[in-house]
Amino acid sequence: MKNIQTLKNAPFPARERHAPGQSKGALFFKALKKLCKNPLSASGVVIVGLLLVLTIAAPMIATHDPLTQDLSRVLSAPSWAHWFGTDEYGRDIFSRVVYGSRVTLYIIFLVTIIVGPIGLMIGTMSGYFGGWVDSTFMRITDIFISFPSLVLALAFVAALGPGLEHAVIAIALTAWPPVARLARAETLTFRNADYVVAAQLQGASSFRILFHYISVMCLPSLIVRLTMNMATVILTAAALGFLGLGAQPPLPEWGAMISTGRSYMLESWWLVAFPGAAIMLVSLAFNLLGDGLRDLLDPRTD
Amino acid sequence: MNVLSVERLNVTFCTDEGDKHAVRDVSFTLNNEKLAIVGESGSGKSTVGKAILRLNSPSTRVTADTLRFKETDILTCSEREIRALRGQHISMIMQDPKFSLNPVVTVGDQIAEALRVHRRISKRQAREAAIAMLQEVSIADPEHVYGQYPHEISGGMGQRVMIAMMVIPEPDIIIADEPTSALDVSVQQDVLNILNRLIEKKNISLIFISHDLNLVKKFCDRVLVMYGGRVVESIRADELSNASHPYTRGLMESLPSLRHRRETLPVMTRDPAWLTQEPLT
Amino acid sequence: MTRSRYLSVVRKVGVILITLLGLLTMTFVIGRLMPIDPVLAVVGPDADSSTYEQVFREMGLDRPIWVQYQYYLQDMLSGDFGRAILTGYPVVSDILRVLPATIELASVAILFGVGLGVPLGVYAATHRGRLGDHLTRLITLFGYSTPVFWVGMVGLIIFYAWLNWAGAAGRIGFAFDGMFTQYTGFYLIDTLLSGNWEAFVSAVRHIALPALILGLNSVSFIGRMTRSFMLEQLSQEYIKTARVKGLSERSVIWKHAFKNILVQLLTIVALAYGGLLEGAVLIETVFAWPGFGQYLTDSLLMGDMNAVMASVLFIGLVFVFLNLLSDALYKLFDPRTR
Repeated sequence: MKNIQTLKNAPFPARERHAPGQSKGALFFKALKKLCKNPLSASGVVIVGLLLVLTIAAPMIATHDPLTQDLSRVLSAPSWAHWFGTDEYGRDIFSRVVYGSRVTLYIIFLVTIIVGPIGLMIGTMSGYFGGWVDSTFMRITDIFISFPSLVLALAFVAALGPGLEHAVIAIALTAWPPVARLARAETLTFRNADYVVAAQLQGASSFRILFHYISVMCLPSLIVRLTMNMATVILTAAALGFLGLGAQPPLPEWGAMISTGRSYMLESWWLVAFPGAAIMLVSLAFNLLGDGLRDLLDPRTD
Repeated sequence: MNVLSVERLNVTFCTDEGDKHAVRDVSFTLNNEKLAIVGESGSGKSTVGKAILRLNSPSTRVTADTLRFKETDILTCSEREIRALRGQHISMIMQDPKFSLNPVVTVGDQIAEALRVHRRISKRQAREAAIAMLQEVSIADPEHVYGQYPHEISGGMGQRVMIAMMVIPEPDIIIADEPTSALDVSVQQDVLNILNRLIEKKNISLIFISHDLNLVKKFCDRVLVMYGGRVVESIRADELSNASHPYTRGLMESLPSLRHRRETLPVMTRDPAWLTQEPLT
Repeated sequence: MTRSRYLSVVRKVGVILITLLGLLTMTFVIGRLMPIDPVLAVVGPDADSSTYEQVFREMGLDRPIWVQYQYYLQDMLSGDFGRAILTGYPVVSDILRVLPATIELASVAILFGVGLGVPLGVYAATHRGRLGDHLTRLITLFGYSTPVFWVGMVGLIIFYAWLNWAGAAGRIGFAFDGMFTQYTGFYLIDTLLSGNWEAFVSAVRHIALPALILGLNSVSFIGRMTRSFMLEQLSQEYIKTARVKGLSERSVIWKHAFKNILVQLLTIVALAYGGLLEGAVLIETVFAWPGFGQYLTDSLLMGDMNAVMASVLFIGLVFVFLNLLSDALYKLFDPRTR
């Protein structure tokens, strides 16, 4: 048994240590600066930033109302008046793509705040308590993982009925197992760390240790995982929209826009091209960001 | 004519956190002899060995006034020339056979390959040569061992395989980088004896990199003592007990001895001046 | 077999059985959640109430939920997955009928994924930190980020509508339908066996584009995995040994490092193949490819519960099988585990 006195002074692992006097904000900017050193990650940061701006300032950026139909201008090609052309109801595609970013961000946000805490909770409890808790949770995760996530999401949406909220629930149901697995693996590496043992000796409750010590340590890799997950979430949401099971018209969801544009695609390529490019760009941005964050937070991969 | 001449060899590791000057102005020559390079870990002794074979990673800067094997300038020769040098003229025995043998290739094939790189011979001839070589490193059942994978043989046997692999092309120089430190004490002497017998029989020069002065004293002709990337002293092995540099003397004194019982081993005091002085010879 | 090894096999079998039971439970739950009235789907909207009642009882829907669950398990375990309402055939025979089309598509796609992904990954690993590595990273991230169904449409617009290189939707030109004997169900093979060269060309023209696009994702996956496996190997000591011997860089990479990642790669390819099934659901819809993916989405949109549940279960089984396979391949081919 280790000397209690030395355990009390057990340092926090190096990852969390930072120079005194440096505020969290300064640390954030330092990390951001380091992230932007790699041109690929930097472009990810820029595009995600643009997406946020687009979402907030959609009414100012969009040139038309995304829902207003203009049957005199049906399926017109990209022009000065309609940068991305118009769809089968004469709606401006550029404006719809801009407003579509709100739907996409809404989905990402909801899925992430559902999946993050659930995955973290199940994973850390599984790793910390071990034994039958671990076995039970991990068997359940195994079952969810044995379906391809899109197929499972399809089945859930089929069961719940089409719609944006149902799509979010279905995606969340398929997205938590990898997060839980990761949190569990991380927890296993911290469970016997000196500072956790120290907290136990001081009589901290399991809940307190899980919440204050272990969860905090799992956060960096969890954030990387969730960021890369966002790219998958975007693609799954778009796929559900494409199959007519996600957001319902006239909501300007990118996948649904592609789906309706499909009937006209051979003559009017712009109906399909622009929303798809938007999906790809945003998904790519989250992937680049996640990749860069991983290099930043996990030097082991170097 | 020296087989290998090294003059003012400098090696710097370039990293994101800045440059680290690992080897400073190291000079020595090697003739038909057994030369030891001794030093504590981080003294740059292994880096010297790597530089001779030009095996340092691309982010490493190597400079020297001279780094020459016979007629070949190791620093400036082409990739093709350095490959012809490696194995055929200079080869290297590494520390731990657990890591230095390819886990998914049979040991025999790995030995045969070392020969086939440089000789135009058939697979069969190479196989026969490899089996003969296994016999030479005192492996009892060479035909059987030939087909085994590295995880199936012991550490001592693995290091004998490594020796066989490096000796089979009959090089002029072998660099042995701590060849016994990963092995069980009981087999260290066997492995050293085999190595010694082979290099004497085939007339191979040896650069023996080690931290073990005791071992080196018995095994080698001449010793370079390195400290902080520099050679602090170059001395004949049989004169080690009369070494003049305080670092060498300190190393000698801190060796425990069976004959003279001591209460505490002395702790060395280190002089920053050692990092700038010219080496003693 | 040693005792510990025996125990680990028993454990493994146990885990698989639990997973399978879980799969069945999950499909059962999804089936019960469905807003579609299963009775109505059988009797049709015009049936009178007594017929409705009768069928309702026949299907066991008046029993408690756990009895229904028991019936469900019994049916599944005896291989009775019910009839598809859409086609009127047993679901199993439906799935078997559409499966060759999907296997053919996925197999061509995986060939593409391996053929491009592996060299790309090796190249990136050996040019680490240089321009080629960054480019590969960008390319593979693009592969991860593109919505497969959208690329499919863009591909159709460009290569079919504009350039007319690719065939239109479907597996083969209309003119060749039924013009050759279906020995295996794989058109590429069947057309050749029948000696119908023109039909073969048509089949190639039809499969090339969807397979390439379906394979994009696996190119990325396999490429990135290959890169990280190779990086791990290239930092090993035995690589230094190989260089010391005087081997060329090419031999060092392919004969030594690559040989060590082969087994890992094999397991990754098995997993990638599973991922292709997922993409097939979307690609088959875009290209009107009459395979398993399209069967699943059609049944979904029609609310054909039996067909959907059986298809989902089937995919789950395939995934479990592929996982097992990748495990077994590891054990079989790695000399260290033999």
